Amino acid sequence: MADPLLTLAGVHTHIGQYHILQGVDLVLPRGGMTVLLGRNGAGKTTTLRTVMGLWKPSRGTVTFDGRPIGGWPTPDIAQAGIAYVPETMAVFADLTVAENMILAARSGPIDTARLDWIFSLFPALKKFWQFPAGVLSGGQKQMLAIARAIAEPRTLLLIDEPTKGIAPAIIEAMIMAFAELKRETTILLVEQNFRFAASLGDHVAVMDDGRIVHRGAMADLARNEALQQRLLGLSLDTHQ
Amino acid sequence: MTVAPAPATTPDALPAIKHDYLPILLPVALSALALPFVGNPTTWVTLTVAALAMGMMIFVIASGLTLVFGLMDVLNFGHGAFIAVGAYLALSVLGLLSGWVQVDALGWNLMALGLAVSVAMIGTGLLGWAFERVIVKPVYGQHLKQILITMGGLIVAEQLIHVIWGGDQKAMALPTALRGAVLIGDVAIEKFRILAVAVGVVVFVAMLVVLNRTRIGLLIRAGVENAEMVEALGYRIRRLFVGVFAVGSALAGLGGVMWALYRETLTAAIGGDVMVLVFIVIIIGGLGSVGGCFIGAILVAMMANYTAFLLPKVALASNILLMVAILMWRPQGLYPVAKR
Ligand SMILES: Nc1ncnc2c1ncn2[C@@H]1O[C@H](COP(=O)(O)OP(=O)(O)O)[C@@H](O)[C@H]1O
Ligand SMILES: [Mg+2]
Repeated sequence: MADPLLTLAGVHTHIGQYHILQGVDLVLPRGGMTVLLGRNGAGKTTTLRTVMGLWKPSRGTVTFDGRPIGGWPTPDIAQAGIAYVPETMAVFADLTVAENMILAARSGPIDTARLDWIFSLFPALKKFWQFPAGVLSGGQKQMLAIARAIAEPRTLLLIDEPTKGIAPAIIEAMIMAFAELKRETTILLVEQNFRFAASLGDHVAVMDDGRIVHRGAMADLARNEALQQRLLGLSLDTHQ
Repeated sequence: MTVAPAPATTPDALPAIKHDYLPILLPVALSALALPFVGNPTTWVTLTVAALAMGMMIFVIASGLTLVFGLMDVLNFGHGAFIAVGAYLALSVLGLLSGWVQVDALGWNLMALGLAVSVAMIGTGLLGWAFERVIVKPVYGQHLKQILITMGGLIVAEQLIHVIWGGDQKAMALPTALRGAVLIGDVAIEKFRILAVAVGVVVFVAMLVVLNRTRIGLLIRAGVENAEMVEALGYRIRRLFVGVFAVGSALAGLGGVMWALYRETLTAAIGGDVMVLVFIVIIIGGLGSVGGCFIGAILVAMMANYTAFLLPKVALASNILLMVAILMWRPQGLYPVAKR
């Protein structure tokens, strides 16, 4: 792992008086997909929000592409090349699909070839281009949230539980999209659906109680059921 | 806040877009309801035009404030300061240009008024920018402190007006050609009211164009929905906010000039009575909604004018009742803004 893309070293995050992240150590190599697993409340979302600068780390360092981004304002972190798909999707419901995408492309009009590629990944977006995002179904909103993150090339995508509450057909489309996406960029994916995670992930990190408790190759974890049981326990049974 | 649940659609079905026209019918219904009570159609037209003029002034003052709240949840109780400062700046300019004001020529009158309004808007815009940087910025995210410190700012501004312009009540004369009324049939419509309606409509249309047709406008609308996501897309929402605050202050300055001309007198506390109505309008309209603010302003002004004629003692109470009724119908206001 020479020259990692993203490194969290001993990161602590407080939300109000609560001590949520308690020394997170995470290293993301360049390229491919790292999946962050862990039961509900382990601190996965908080980790992504800390990378994005939406929570400020109270201790530790966050290094992205050689730059210390811990404590930077969120817009600066985004401009450094990180795109974020939050758990809530956060599409702008009063804006059209087109307007959501226009804002996502910071540096000007979206490249038409790239837009065609996005439409090929998520055809529904083309169809609903001029519709307010608020009328989309949950799965379509998720597609828009992902499309927004890739409207322009970014160095790192942070994607938080994209399959939550999404219909199986759309999950299949998402697997194809992510498989293509991870060829052009680095992805840190938070996921509860282990089958989905195992089919896409190159690397895996498991969180519990605000710490990383396991790091390794996804293939190793996928083969080792005893390790899955120990690390992920019941959380696997409750999700597909 | 709630977002309407997405309709269950098959992947191929085009969702139906619901246009929500119901609130637009409210002012029409309210004015129709008032007609039998007022009785005399001529009086009714006069009251209705007066209400539209007053509504447009309230809208001009309120429009910036609703975006300020929508964008960063900032409660600004000092907005009335910009109304007063705008009016006093215009008073001074009109004083200097008294020749242009007194001559009975619409062109010269409008030129004087245009200059006075420009000075008022530039002055209050700059003041708003400073107000945001010095007074509001340190208390982002802290509502109680925002209320206290912005009210403090209002008091300081009023005292400064006393120092600069004196504490006595000033007369704010309308330019000669704008006095009086035009007769349409047997209905007399005051010229200034026509001007006020025109200014309000121009401001409203301009805001709609900016909000819907420009990138800055898209960012403002997106920011009102979810400021955090706008930042995560790489935009500095605070820079946007300062700009909106300054423009909102300039609009309050414009509204202040109109309000003072409408009342033809002026004190440092001029913002006080209208601000009560402005807050009602912002709540009725839906916090952060410019369209809701526009309709809310017309409704509130109609209520104020009809009840001032029919039941003068309950004019303000009627508007509080109106607010309660609308919030019982739509708890988030006429046009609730989708929030994260
Ligand atoms: N805004 C918040 N205020 C207080 N506690 C929070 C907040 N957000 C998350 N937490 C707490 O932090 C812990 C980790 O949450 P989160 O990062 O969302 O977990 P995950 O995404 O792994 O399910 C949980 O115990 C949660 O209750
Ligand atoms: Mg989560």
